[in-house]
Amino acid sequence: MSKPKVAFFEFTSCEGCQLTVVDSLQTNVELLDAIEIVQFREAMSEKGQDYQIAFIEGSCTRPSDEAVIKRIREQADIVVALGSCADLGGINAIRNYQDLDDVRHYVYGDKADWYETYPARPISAVVPVDAAIPGCPIDRNEFIAAVKEVLQGRMPQIPDYPLCIECKLKGNVCVYLRGKTCLGPITRAGCDAICPTYGDSCEGCRGMVSSPNLEYMRIVLEEHGLDFEEARAKMTMFLNYQMMELEQEAANDNAKA
Amino acid sequence: MTMQKLKVDVHHVTRVEGHGNIVVDVENGELKQCELQIVETPRFFEAMLRGRHYMDSSHITSRICGICAVGHATTSLRATEKALGVTPSEQTVLLRKLNFHGEILDSHILHVYMLVAPDFLGVGSVIPLAQSAPDVVLRALRMKKLSGDICATLSGRHTHPIAMTVGGFTHYPTNDQLYQLRERLDAVRADVEATVALIQTLRVPDFERDTEYIALHKEDEYCFIDGEIASTDGGTWPVERYREVTNETMVPHSSAKHTANQRQSYMVGALARFNVNHDKLHPKAQAAATALGLKAKCTNSYMNSVAQVVEIAHCIEESIEILDTLLERGVEPEEPAPATRLSGEGVGSCEVPRGILFHNYVIEEGVVVGANCVIPTGQNLANIEADMRSLVPSILDQPQEDITKALEMLVRAYDPCISCSAHMLDVEFV
Repeated sequence: MSKPKVAFFEFTSCEGCQLTVVDSLQTNVELLDAIEIVQFREAMSEKGQDYQIAFIEGSCTRPSDEAVIKRIREQADIVVALGSCADLGGINAIRNYQDLDDVRHYVYGDKADWYETYPARPISAVVPVDAAIPGCPIDRNEFIAAVKEVLQGRMPQIPDYPLCIECKLKGNVCVYLRGKTCLGPITRAGCDAICPTYGDSCEGCRGMVSSPNLEYMRIVLEEHGLDFEEARAKMTMFLNYQMMELEQEAANDNAKA
Repeated sequence: MTMQKLKVDVHHVTRVEGHGNIVVDVENGELKQCELQIVETPRFFEAMLRGRHYMDSSHITSRICGICAVGHATTSLRATEKALGVTPSEQTVLLRKLNFHGEILDSHILHVYMLVAPDFLGVGSVIPLAQSAPDVVLRALRMKKLSGDICATLSGRHTHPIAMTVGGFTHYPTNDQLYQLRERLDAVRADVEATVALIQTLRVPDFERDTEYIALHKEDEYCFIDGEIASTDGGTWPVERYREVTNETMVPHSSAKHTANQRQSYMVGALARFNVNHDKLHPKAQAAATALGLKAKCTNSYMNSVAQVVEIAHCIEESIEILDTLLERGVEPEEPAPATRLSGEGVGSCEVPRGILFHNYVIEEGVVVGANCVIPTGQNLANIEADMRSLVPSILDQPQEDITKALEMLVRAYDPCISCSAHMLDVEFV
């Protein structure tokens, strides 16, 4: 049986997830025997168009990229969103709650019209995505595990319980007890609580668990001294696209009622 | 016979970070068009920083780039610290410097071994080299892993650093971890020698075009963090006056802005640093430069990759020195230095792998209200195009395939980081 052909693509992103892929392959070189990488622009010149598995990093932030993403979807049997930007809209979506005209003029002045853009969106807002490896950046071990799952015909299982569980198992002192605020209670586990372990707080880069208690999260943040605006800022570094979707759903429900 | 008509259109240059096209159009032996088009999507980080708490700035801006995440975070922290009157401790300065060296090493090793070497060895990527030259690939991986582990030990991971914060760190390495890094750095010295020996065997294309070289400068060190702006054409500027040097302008074919100082364009990066600061290099790095035939002032842009090898030698030696100092003092966990005010303006500047980087923030009552970032690759774009315009007429007698390769190699020598700069490769012969 021939080896499955794999391609990597990137849209609006820092390419840090693909760099993490390079880093994870250096300690798992045997994976290169199991797959054939036919396209990886950051690392190789070849541009094979025949592939079965496509990894996409980055958000879609302009209409002209939609056609490219659709062509990838047509070619690939399996499309995997790689990292926060592709999975959630990620950091790119911070600007979605700002006035887009203002954002464009702030950076490009009177030449703003030269550069095409629209609100940032995850790949799943453009085409159906079969699996996602979350995080900013992705976790090396989770990436390797996910590739092995896909090669065996299974979809990678990403934890759907809050980060707090992992953080407790790790033996960390709760970030709230250290006088900071943290999004661990609503964020998907799977990163081994790396940010709290290194003294920072969770910013939610892996996305929310499937039924987050947002109302109580806000109350906790307010109890720890964040006003409404500050709490919203805290919750929108990586989660803005998801937050705006939830707010829209709530608004629609209210309108119906 | 010299080519009268030539159209080169390299769509999405490979083995670089981000999306760019090289477009060259020659008619009747005359160069009509010669552009490095930057087709990366605009990123809008400056706009997105507005309204965020100052403590978030370094975490947001590290996401500008996966390769220079530590560089963006460090520059961001320096901008915030200057705005809010924060003075980091001596220990913080040492730890930041070591972390920074980890990233310079990681980026240069990636570029020299995985992105540039395949050109010289006639392959499309590093992967076939694993079969044909496994010792070279294993060496590259060993060196790269050590670089990443330096960053991971100090800040949790290289992309994107966690433990770096305004005024200091939120996590500290143990002396035992530092000792282990010291041992591995010592062992990797042999790999540095082997790297110099390998690069000595590669033939760098002949090409000379004098330009202005700009880098940060300090009297007492080959500096990467802070300093003042210096030019090989003469002149120094405090980093606060960066706009007088960068003079950003926009061009329709690039979502990254162009810059110019005393000439039409200037160059930043390893070669510029070498040209400005070569006498401050560690003696072992100076020896590597001599062995590689790199001499200031060098005006061959292709030699930027060679200057990176010299910096690898420098950063390995200086990292060992920093570790010796840290091990002698012992690392003590400490609270980050506090802000002495909540409003102000500050400019941070660092020599990240690809050259001089500026972050400029205005903060009011703890909230960022204005931001500007000037990225190395953006500063190099006008210079790359000037190089291309100079190079193309001199190689028009070569087959189109060779011209394309020469242009791609030229662009790659600058180690462009395009996703950083689009606020920014493909070669396009139209």
